[in-house]
Amino acid sequence: MIRFDNVSKRYPGGHEALSNVSFHLPRGEMAYLTGHSGAGKSTLLKLIALIERPSRGNLLLDGVNLSSVSNSKIPYIRRNIGIIFQNHHLLYDRTVFDNVALPLIIAGFQHREIGKRVRAALDQVGLLNKEKADPITLSGGEQQRVGIARAIVHKPGLLLADEPTGNLDPELSREIMELFARFNQVGVSVLIASHDLDLIKQMGNPVISLNQGALEHNGLATAGESEHA
Amino acid sequence: MPRAEGNQLAKSSPIKAWAVNHARTLIASLGTLTRQPASSFMTIAVIAIALALPSGLLVLLNNASHVSVGWDNSAQISVFLKASTSEKQARSLVKKLNLYEDIENVSMINKTQALKDFSSISGFGDAIESLEKNPLPHVITVQPKVDPTRPDKIRHLLKQLNELKQVELAQLDLQWVKRLFAMLEIAQRGIWIIASLLGIAVLLVVGNTIRLDIQNRREEIEVTKLIGGTDAFIRRPFLYTGFWYGIGGGLFAWLLTSLSIGLLDGSVEQLASLYNSGFQLRGLSFSEALSLIAFSCFLGLGGSWIAVGRHLSEIEPS
Repeated sequence: MIRFDNVSKRYPGGHEALSNVSFHLPRGEMAYLTGHSGAGKSTLLKLIALIERPSRGNLLLDGVNLSSVSNSKIPYIRRNIGIIFQNHHLLYDRTVFDNVALPLIIAGFQHREIGKRVRAALDQVGLLNKEKADPITLSGGEQQRVGIARAIVHKPGLLLADEPTGNLDPELSREIMELFARFNQVGVSVLIASHDLDLIKQMGNPVISLNQGALEHNGLATAGESEHA
Repeated sequence: MPRAEGNQLAKSSPIKAWAVNHARTLIASLGTLTRQPASSFMTIAVIAIALALPSGLLVLLNNASHVSVGWDNSAQISVFLKASTSEKQARSLVKKLNLYEDIENVSMINKTQALKDFSSISGFGDAIESLEKNPLPHVITVQPKVDPTRPDKIRHLLKQLNELKQVELAQLDLQWVKRLFAMLEIAQRGIWIIASLLGIAVLLVVGNTIRLDIQNRREEIEVTKLIGGTDAFIRRPFLYTGFWYGIGGGLFAWLLTSLSIGLLDGSVEQLASLYNSGFQLRGLSFSEALSLIAFSCFLGLGGSWIAVGRHLSEIEPS
């Protein structure tokens, strides 16, 4: 699903955020990405979501080389990725329903289909009764779950999460991680950046860790080398 | 990759999805405007006033040309005969002129009668009586047939009349009408210049409003880009907002123009009645009103297009 091949990212100031990172996340796999803040976790996710481009190396997503993708193709690649942010990035001028419906509207789904899918997604995150609520009236954990519903409503093949439990207490964090594990069970590839090492250990998925931009540990090394991205 | 079955099937066909998306954005952008009635109204009012001014002036100008076209039709040629021409010769000339194809009507002012009238009207009666000889010639007034598309016909007729042997001078007094037309022409150009400047102002007003709108919705734009919204998708609501500003401004400008004309109409009718005329101000015709709205709509779209082109690309998710 995701293949990093000696990928480096150097920012214009000269700071090298990633250096020679190689790993392979097989399709349908779930893995954690850890490291100190500044180790390059966010940069790595940004490269996958095409928010940044690699300076060197090859990055393949679902068989597509992201280094050579034209700007006009970016939206269509992003439609197969569900992205979850630490600070939710919800739009507070509209209801929970409308927030979750946004990816479907972008993709051009029919009206009736949108209603059905949004409710299914909200049901999966346990917020079916909140569809008419304003996001601002929800708790932090609930807002995060709305963000997750929005990321999965269009059934992407890959979920990326950047510190999804950063602001949550341990119990809520665990609930969120278990939610990701459930999506993974139905075949979605998941990559979660997190520094919550205790929780990660409990979840028992492969871990990739970064240290100052370099790959320190690759728990995926043995997992899926047979499968091609 | 394991997707739910029918994921693709549930999507509308691309063309239908495109049309549905447009319709949805069209309505949604109108909804956004009505949720901020005060600021939307102010923008629309600015556009309306900027457009109502030149369109009102153009309406007045059209009315002025309409009135003067009537004057043009009343063009009259005065044919002064040679002093030696007798009354009999003059009358036979009148008969002859009556047969001309390009002449509507001929009448003659007898020189004896003319002198009498002149002395009674001018008050120079005594002075005129002391003259040994009537200094006035016979005058024939000719009403040409006017074909507004063929102004050269009148000139041709004038030439023909001047060539007649009894004629001293045939004169078409249209100079003042020409001057009036020249002035109207200048006025028209002036109005078009004002209209162009105000049109640019509308473009900038809409552009600036949309620019602020884009800044206020930065978060929404970033999120939409991150979940796969194309540039066209993101651009669309702003373009439609500009479109609605244009339509609203155009309609309101029409209303303002009609109201102003309505306010003037009473006084103009009063003035016209003093000239024994049934003249009435004509407002914007339906097609003119439609052009006004279409123009306004074009400016609204143009303004938002400029703003979107300049500012949307600056916003990228980070």
